[in-house]
Amino acid sequence: MEASSASSSSSSSSSSSSSKGFMENVEQPHVLAVDDSIIDRKLIEKLLKNLSCKVTTAENGLRALEFLGLGDHQNSSLEGNISKVNLVITDYCMPGMTGYELLKKIKESSLMKEVPVVIMSSEYVPKRINKCLEEGAQMFMLKPLRQSDIKKLRCHLMKLERT
Amino acid sequence: MYYTCICMYNPQRGGRRCNESIRSVENTKTKKMSAVKLESETMADGVSQLQKQLVDYTASLFDEAFLDEQFNQLQQLQDENNPDFVVEVVSLFFKDSERLVDELTKALDQQTVDFKLVDKNVHQLKGSSSSIGVQRVQRACIAFRDCSEEQNVEGCLKSLQHVKHEYSLVKNKLETLFKLQNQLLAAGGPLPR
Repeated sequence: MEASSASSSSSSSSSSSSSKGFMENVEQPHVLAVDDSIIDRKLIEKLLKNLSCKVTTAENGLRALEFLGLGDHQNSSLEGNISKVNLVITDYCMPGMTGYELLKKIKESSLMKEVPVVIMSSEYVPKRINKCLEEGAQMFMLKPLRQSDIKKLRCHLMKLERT
Repeated sequence: MYYTCICMYNPQRGGRRCNESIRSVENTKTKKMSAVKLESETMADGVSQLQKQLVDYTASLFDEAFLDEQFNQLQQLQDENNPDFVVEVVSLFFKDSERLVDELTKALDQQTVDFKLVDKNVHQLKGSSSSIGVQRVQRACIAFRDCSEEQNVEGCLKSLQHVKHEYSLVKNKLETLFKLQNQLLAAGGPLPR
């Protein structure tokens, strides 16, 4: 797992400005980005950091679950991570555990089920998208991602916060 | 002490007078010293020439579909916090692609080809080409995928050759692009946005 959380966002966001960060009352939302492609991880990290997010990346579902404290060794000492992650964004097609399976595990957990999960994929397969949305995914995004996509995501999640 | 050459940087005002005083000196060594004027206009010309070269070259890469809009997106992401972002991502892409092409070559060389493995690797290469914006490589991967879905070994081998060809073309183009950018930066010019 890449320790990009160590190099947290270089911009200092102001807490009062709602134009920064996903959630109005969260200064620097912490996003966990999961993707098996090193190129896509680098891209999504930059896109998110550009919008004042703190980013942790994981190369597969297992690592992601470990980071969220939902791994096999469900350690209460990892609970610290649980309250920190504000959003999980994951690729659908990954070897081992797919993004869908990761989504399910998150939604099944009592601790993490409230955290919004966004699925991304390079393929537009309506059946796949509906399956994810039904399982509780907040949004589906088509790759390759652009800055405008992340901005839309932010707006969508801020609306969520208000309801 | 005698100098062989005097370089006058930005001599707009004092250049001629300086030259005249050198030439009027008694001492022949000094009198015959060469004088080189480095005028800012010349430097500015050099920069704008490099800029034009870069803009034209970049445009040609888009015209010939080597690059597409996604590459523009990458360039837009580059900023003072990450001044080498594009080069870094592209370098990752080169490394990853070469690995995938090796895997594909190996997989297609087996007695019994594991098409699931072939498909997985082509999918990854297609994905990363799409993320970088190297359109021709991406298209070659799409055709490759069709062959692997049909479990057509001959087709796959041809597709792999095509992918390798497009990849080496675009790698060359991108390396040239980065070289032009570096030349422009070294000449003191800003990169065109």
